Amino acid sequence: MLGKLNWSAIPFGEPIPLVTGCVVVLVLAAVLGLITLKGWWPYLWREWITSVDHKRIGVMYCMLALVMLLRGFSDAIMMRSHLAIAAGTSQGYLPPGHYDQIFSAHGTIMIFFTAMPFVVGLMNFVVPLQLGVRDVAFPTLNSVSFWLTASGVLLTNMSLVIGEFARTGWLAYPPLSELRFSPGVGVDYYLWSLQIAGVGTLLSGINLVTTILKMRAPGMTYTRMPMFCWTALASNLLIVAAFPILTATLAMLTLDRYLGFHFFTNDGGGNAMMYINLIWAWGHPEVYILVLPVFGVFSEVISTFSGKALFGYRSMVLATMCICVLSFLVWLHHFFTMGAGADVNGFFGVMTMIIAVPTGVKIFNWLFTMYGGRVRFEVPMLWSVGFMVTFVIGGMTGVLLAVPPADFMLHNSLFLVAHFHNVIIGGVLFGAFAGYTYWFPKAFGFKLHDGLGRAAFWCWLTGFYIAFMPLYALGLMGATRRMQHYDDMNWQPLMIAAFVGALIILAGIGCQALQLVVSIRQRDRNRDLSGDPWDGRSLEWSTTSPPPPFNFAVLPDVQGEEAYWGVKQSAIEDQRLADEPEYEPIEMPRNTATGFVTAFFATVTGFALIWHIWWLVILGLVGAYAVFVIFAWREEEEYVIPADKVAAIDRERRRSREQLLAARRPA
Amino acid sequence: MSDRDHQREDDRTPGSHQASVLVQVATYTLGLVLALGLTAISFWAVRTHMLWGPGVPIGLCVLAIAQMGIHLVFFLHITSGPDNTNNLLALAFGVLIVFLVVAGSLWIMSNLNANMMPMPAMMSPQAQP
Repeated sequence: MLGKLNWSAIPFGEPIPLVTGCVVVLVLAAVLGLITLKGWWPYLWREWITSVDHKRIGVMYCMLALVMLLRGFSDAIMMRSHLAIAAGTSQGYLPPGHYDQIFSAHGTIMIFFTAMPFVVGLMNFVVPLQLGVRDVAFPTLNSVSFWLTASGVLLTNMSLVIGEFARTGWLAYPPLSELRFSPGVGVDYYLWSLQIAGVGTLLSGINLVTTILKMRAPGMTYTRMPMFCWTALASNLLIVAAFPILTATLAMLTLDRYLGFHFFTNDGGGNAMMYINLIWAWGHPEVYILVLPVFGVFSEVISTFSGKALFGYRSMVLATMCICVLSFLVWLHHFFTMGAGADVNGFFGVMTMIIAVPTGVKIFNWLFTMYGGRVRFEVPMLWSVGFMVTFVIGGMTGVLLAVPPADFMLHNSLFLVAHFHNVIIGGVLFGAFAGYTYWFPKAFGFKLHDGLGRAAFWCWLTGFYIAFMPLYALGLMGATRRMQHYDDMNWQPLMIAAFVGALIILAGIGCQALQLVVSIRQRDRNRDLSGDPWDGRSLEWSTTSPPPPFNFAVLPDVQGEEAYWGVKQSAIEDQRLADEPEYEPIEMPRNTATGFVTAFFATVTGFALIWHIWWLVILGLVGAYAVFVIFAWREEEEYVIPADKVAAIDRERRRSREQLLAARRPA
Repeated sequence: MSDRDHQREDDRTPGSHQASVLVQVATYTLGLVLALGLTAISFWAVRTHMLWGPGVPIGLCVLAIAQMGIHLVFFLHITSGPDNTNNLLALAFGVLIVFLVVAGSLWIMSNLNANMMPMPAMMSPQAQP
């Protein structure tokens, strides 16, 4: 009846997961209780859960990422504190099996459920606004994508209390991840949560590619698109090209585990090396899927806060598209040591060094954008400068690792761990935080608290260096990754230093949580009434903060690069806005529960598949199909916002714009 | 719509929407017949002894590529027409990536097989715990 599921799945014997699980369940119950008590459900259902508005979905993606950052970081600080004490005779406080689950969950969560939702959320929110359009190409599909991602998150986190998570590392290499060596449900949790979330990501990629290619405002030619849209295009093209590889690879491993196939087993003609080859054919483009959009964020932020147009726009576009293709030519550098000959290793080593060139071009473009500019060191700019310094170090250790003989020494050492944290924290995460601070006023109508934002930045930056520079040294001393205990007492001081760094990062996260609370409480003090709080240059700043559901009352007519900057400058010069346009009624897509209900059934199906509850699998699939049929046969797809309502909203915006003009009167 | 109506006749894709229902049905049927025909030929090529053995795999590759072409033109409506630039570019990008991944994997895996332990040694009972 319940497949493999029984009471022994709950970890009564292990205090750490049990207590954590209880706390999480209690907090969740408290939040849900509060929502019920305050009667917020109808509002949440109407305005958020069933929303197909790209802005709301983008915000929800980012919130999901922030919550999962806390989860992933708690895994991180457990590992760091454990390693600070687990030296010599001391065994630390995490048993090996549990430690293996923690590092697997940390990697999986940080990549798939923190970094991915964060960049997808930013792209979702910003891209349609920057292109000057009203929504993405397929609004309902967008909601389905988000909720499928959330479904994957839910399944991963369920493994904390019900059953266990994979002990195989974040990429679940066979033969360890095969049924023979991992008979538990951990790898199944991994497989199904990634499959479900992966479908969501793929759909979101298709959606954004279509939006950028087909839905730009009149006059918004490719070479007038803001840099962030270009990097979003490249990143989503990579999603569309790479995620099917992940889906197919994980599906083959699933067939091995569920139906006795032999794709990657040791016996029956399987070849585990093929899995490693395929997973990295997805995995390396994935790195660029994450980092390209934040390159776009930095381009926007640095240009805005330097008060200059981006230096070398076309070279930046070219560099982005080069990276887009080259990222499919380097994947072997993740397994130089697997046994390929010198020719193969040499080719991929050289390609890896070549891909550093367009990235270097970008760094110089940002530097030259700042050069001669009037740089304002607001919080997003701090993150950007911190990124440039940190990312250059990470990039150089990357080029070092691209040399196959050096990689033979450093493969799977803490040096490697330090390298990829250096580029992912210093690149992706700093960029996500820059974007979060930069576009927060656009999303909510008020700025984040400045002082706490600065404090968070400095904590993260110093914490990062104290936590990860020792790991470079430890790697050179021979410390390997994923080790639960070590005998060499010389390593301990550096391990303790790394733990102190993690504590400083914790302080940074504390500042960010506090910043959010304080900013919401003091929102009236930091209101952005103009819609253009940073003196921005692209179209998202031409509408109000937060933007109306339709974004733009009349689609902007783009006349040149930096669509909004040009219009703003001529308006300031003439001290008057453009003439009031003719308002027309606007059709907008209706809210729909399709995404939420589909994801509900996907979660049920995933859970049932993990525990081999076959009747529930059938029920879940039938349910998901029924949702699709009902959606396909619905009658009213759109609602109309009447012209006078559009006019009223837009006249309000024009009034605040006139005040802005008066405030920025030319000297 | 106006520039689509003025499209040159040879830019049209078989079965695209401006054609009448009858023409659409006819082109889809033609596509289906061609696809089935190519499938049948490939099955015949494998089973028959009339062909020179080593040539069969190459012939199958040719048939497979022709099959993809039929699908792209008749069912996915890829043309070289002016409103089809995005589709064509997307197709080119897809083909490039598939080529890189497949060719790269074949190269890497054959190289690994040449350099690593032979399979019988790996399959022996001692290698398994």
